[in-house]
Amino acid sequence: MAPHDLRRPFKRAAISDQQRRRELSLQRQAQNRRDAQHQARCLAQTILSLQNDTAEPHPEFEIAAQAEEHAQDFDVRQAARLKGAEARRWFAKQLMLPEWMIDVPDRLNTDWYVCARPAGKRCFVVSSNGTTVSRLRNGSMLHKFPSALPNGARINNNSRSGQSYCILDCVFHEPDQTYYVIDMVCWGGMSLYECTAEFRFFWVNSKLVETGASNDPSTYHRYRFKTVVIYNCDPGGLKAAYTEPVPYVKDGLLFYNKHAHYQSGNTPLVLVWKDENCSQYVLDTDGKGQIPDQQQVVLELLDDGRLATSDDPPVIFGCLDKDFIQKTGLQASTLLRFAINEGGLCFADGKLEKADLQYLGKPNRARAFADSYSKVMFQYTVRHSPLRIEHLFASVNSLSEEENTCDTDMVG
Amino acid sequence: MAMEVTQVLLSAQAVDSTVRKHAEETLKQFQEQNLPGFLLSLSGELANEEKPVESRKLAGLILKNALDAKEQHRKFELVQRWLSLDAAVKSQIKACLLQTLSSTASDARSTASQVIAKVAGIELPQKQWPELIGSLLSNVHQVPPHVKQATLETLGYLCEEVVPDVVDQDQVNKILTAVVQGMSSTEGNTEVQLAATRALYNALGFAQANFSNDMERDYIMRVVCEATLSPEVKIRQAAFECLVSIGSTYYEKLAPYIQDIFHITSKAVREDEEPVALQAIEFWSSICDEEIDILEEYGGDFTADSDVPCYYFIKQALPALVPMLLETLLKQEEDQDQDEGAWNLAMAGGTCLGLVARTVGDDIVPLVMPFIEENITKPDWRQREAATYAFGPSPDKLTPIVNVALNFMLTALTKDPNSHVKDTTAWTLGRIFEFLHGSTVETPIITPANCQQIITVLLQSMKDAPNVAEKACGALYFLAQGYEDVGSTSPLTPYFQEIVQSLLYVTHREDAGESRLRTAAYETLNEVVRCSTDETARLVLELVQVIMTELHNTLEAQRLSSDEREKQNELQGLLCGCLQVIIQKLGASDPTKYAFMQYADQIMNLFLRVFACRSATVHEEAMLAIGALAYVTGPNFAKYMPDFYKYLEMGLQNFEEYQVCAVTVGVVGDICRALEDKILPYCDQIMTLLLKDLSSNQLHRSVKPPIFSCFGDIALAIGENFEKYLMYAMPMLQSAAELSAHTAGADDEMIEYTNILRNGILEAYSGIFQGFKNSPKTQLLISYAPHILQFLDSMDDVVMKTAIGVLGDLADTLGSNAGSLIQQSLSSKDFLNECLSSEDHLIKESAEWARLAISRAISV
Repeated sequence: MAPHDLRRPFKRAAISDQQRRRELSLQRQAQNRRDAQHQARCLAQTILSLQNDTAEPHPEFEIAAQAEEHAQDFDVRQAARLKGAEARRWFAKQLMLPEWMIDVPDRLNTDWYVCARPAGKRCFVVSSNGTTVSRLRNGSMLHKFPSALPNGARINNNSRSGQSYCILDCVFHEPDQTYYVIDMVCWGGMSLYECTAEFRFFWVNSKLVETGASNDPSTYHRYRFKTVVIYNCDPGGLKAAYTEPVPYVKDGLLFYNKHAHYQSGNTPLVLVWKDENCSQYVLDTDGKGQIPDQQQVVLELLDDGRLATSDDPPVIFGCLDKDFIQKTGLQASTLLRFAINEGGLCFADGKLEKADLQYLGKPNRARAFADSYSKVMFQYTVRHSPLRIEHLFASVNSLSEEENTCDTDMVG
Repeated sequence: MAMEVTQVLLSAQAVDSTVRKHAEETLKQFQEQNLPGFLLSLSGELANEEKPVESRKLAGLILKNALDAKEQHRKFELVQRWLSLDAAVKSQIKACLLQTLSSTASDARSTASQVIAKVAGIELPQKQWPELIGSLLSNVHQVPPHVKQATLETLGYLCEEVVPDVVDQDQVNKILTAVVQGMSSTEGNTEVQLAATRALYNALGFAQANFSNDMERDYIMRVVCEATLSPEVKIRQAAFECLVSIGSTYYEKLAPYIQDIFHITSKAVREDEEPVALQAIEFWSSICDEEIDILEEYGGDFTADSDVPCYYFIKQALPALVPMLLETLLKQEEDQDQDEGAWNLAMAGGTCLGLVARTVGDDIVPLVMPFIEENITKPDWRQREAATYAFGPSPDKLTPIVNVALNFMLTALTKDPNSHVKDTTAWTLGRIFEFLHGSTVETPIITPANCQQIITVLLQSMKDAPNVAEKACGALYFLAQGYEDVGSTSPLTPYFQEIVQSLLYVTHREDAGESRLRTAAYETLNEVVRCSTDETARLVLELVQVIMTELHNTLEAQRLSSDEREKQNELQGLLCGCLQVIIQKLGASDPTKYAFMQYADQIMNLFLRVFACRSATVHEEAMLAIGALAYVTGPNFAKYMPDFYKYLEMGLQNFEEYQVCAVTVGVVGDICRALEDKILPYCDQIMTLLLKDLSSNQLHRSVKPPIFSCFGDIALAIGENFEKYLMYAMPMLQSAAELSAHTAGADDEMIEYTNILRNGILEAYSGIFQGFKNSPKTQLLISYAPHILQFLDSMDDVVMKTAIGVLGDLADTLGSNAGSLIQQSLSSKDFLNECLSSEDHLIKESAEWARLAISRAISV
């Protein structure tokens, strides 16, 4: 218990320069750490600024998380390296398939884009490991070629070659031998699956030109890639998409919900619609390229004999007799072709109640899927009471007027 | 054995080192072979009146050291060891100790007092030895004075050793009664009075209840005040110490006594001996400390729920207090500026004046102004020095006369015949520049018109005696600092070269080791570099070579004595510090960075040689500098790693000098960002060491949060390769997170630490999530998400920005896997909304990012 030391600092600065150096060091490190995090988050911030530009209501917690786990969560990066049958199987499941527009969605003029769909072969184009491969809807290979896409040819001295690859959703348009890019799934090693359509289109338009993929064909760039013009689905945009001339043969209109992510399989957030003015193929043809008198549908035979569409969950159109199955020796999971007889389709409360079907046989072997419900319905309405362009215009115009009274909830 | 131990204990104090070492060895063996026997012999020796006092004293000392140690972990071991001893052994030792309190040898009694307190410190918290206090006090009134004195001393040590809540109020009352009675004037024996007064000092912390009782408090205060008037100087000093302690512990109870205390203290300051007068001044300094704290905490805005209101004692005492303190300024000692350990009336009074100025602000001006005006031109140096010093505490309040006095001071700095006056003048100029110069000052004291003159005078003054030159360097430091954010053109540019040369010249002065002159010169050089602009970048680049040469020279010295080695070490520290500042400066813009890169290899080589100079520890300054270098060199730093790595390890293992460990952890972060995945080969070892650091109870807790941040740095650098560390790092983060959630009842310091800890944890999570983004291994993180979301629930405003960022990172990386979790978490939604509407731009930005990531995650 000696007397306590009373000395206080006298004529001294409050902190030493060494302490100051430590603190400045810490400040610099904290700043560098913030920068590193910022860089990691950078991509998302690009999306952010894009979304802010449009002043759209954000889909927030209100959105119902609808889909469960996705097949693509398995790793898109590996997919780019798949080969052979495996690649076929994988890609066959990956394309986002538009539903057919059988009625007009809400808020078409504000929440949707529209574009003129190129006629041709829908395919995935994958560039990786110095080559580019296009795969059709059923997963089979269309072309293998060099391209100016990231890592799409051996000349690219890309230092990140292992990482860099891209996957595009395209329509190959035979007449001008051009791939029209209608969506982008991966770019430069970055997955765009979980990005909104708004962002994906922004990215397509800014990135494709950068790489030179839009240039004329050359030795190391065999096919040209082109973007399609995407319009906001307001009266002007809809009119432009419907009537403006395009460098390709039109096959209907595609509608994209701006907030929708890329989702494999059928989705109601991308819609296709057509009439005679914008498509040569409004009514389906049969195996011989003729338009049959009666509407034909392709359905999948389930284990219990029921006949299902390709939707998830499937819509059931009817049931085959056990006797009939035994007699014809049909196996479960095979696709079957039917004609819709005079009885047509009957509905109750907006749901299909029964269908008057006549068995025709097996479809073309290249078919990978049964028809979707919306496709059957679209073909059915085209034959009976089609959804006309006038309806669409009317809807877009009336929606514009009542916009202010609308609730902003998204029907995601 | 009992016969032998006396001789061994005496031999252990022998002058002959061989004898001494042999005895120490014998004692060590005895302790290792038979601890209970060893402790029993020591206590027996201490209690035995027939033994020489030297051996008894040492026996007691060894006993004491067997019960307590400075290092936390060692202390813990000793406590456990004592508790596990046989009860019979312990009670025999304790009996010996208590018996010794009656010894006629005062040294034996005093040693026993201390040992008893140590035992009490271990046993009372365990609810053992409950009879101790009772038995000490049972016959305190009947015993002879020397036993009474020893008993009171024991109580004093005991109060110092244990925390108040292990002693119940009844016993506290008894202790205080005995102590206060021992202090009172009716006690005839001054030794008893002194012991009682010193015991009260320690017992004050136990007297909360008694100080809330008006009668008891009045009684204690009366006895303390009476003791300040005791004829015995030691008692007066001890009584003032009690007053100082009461002033800070029971500030809110002081009002009824403050007037009396003022009279007592001012009489003591003016008339009493210096040790007493110093305590009397200290009373007012500590009242200032209290009021500054209260005013800072509440900003003078008191509401009913403020803990402690401000009573403005200083403001009330001001008219008498300030003149008293100004008088002390005139009591300087001739050579106080050369004596590092000096502490006298003038220094204490001057310091107190500074605190008073901080407490009351402008009110001090009319009281100080006349003193300055009257004294600053007087022939007596004491008056000039005191008047000049009086500017120091509050130059910003004295603006009108500072402007007038500036020229006077610039002249005095070189012309005054008295070194003491020059010293204070240089210091006061530094204070003036610190407060009245810089971009935030409305009318800066330094103008284009006087800048050159000021610099010339300061540079000249840097050739003066070391203590004066050191203060001149300090003034130049603040002069440079004022131009910190001057823009692209600095008024210092024309003088840059001359200033740097003068400072380098100072560092080479023969007497630069005195008055920390060399250190001050380098510190000023650092500040001049920090505040320089692009105009002088070329000169800074030239400085690199100069400092490198200096550092090289320190490495050439061979076969140094330990004294010389310490000096070399210190100089290397200054040079590495200077290089660090230069590297950071040049690294801040691309052109200068590239120009600097030519020296990177050489500099790194020098740093490695500095490390190699020492055997067991790494040089903190060199480590700091290497962090700056890693940032500048980026991926090129990889080539230094093979040679540097072992020092990195050494730094991470330095528990003793925790600053070194902390700095090294920061450097690991720098290297992660520089090397990115090239750091991978070193990660196993680094992670092992970091995890060890975290589990160590030896390492200062302040190092732990940066270690968590460092996890984040590593994960961000090596991405999914962090996988194998998850199973170690995640549980650590989780338990730290849980720990940080329990802040109920924590004090401010604890809350601040908790927030720093949370920030570290959050930065770790951010780094890990971002590191795993786009990896197929993200699912490894899913199981941790619920806990992390829960952790985010408990966030304080201070860590909001980091926390909302983590929410975004979690959603971004886990995507749909986290969607439903986040959706279920209502608090996450509230938290996001709160952050979105934040006023803070950075929080808002992070929140926008999180909103985006979340909306993507839940809409998939």
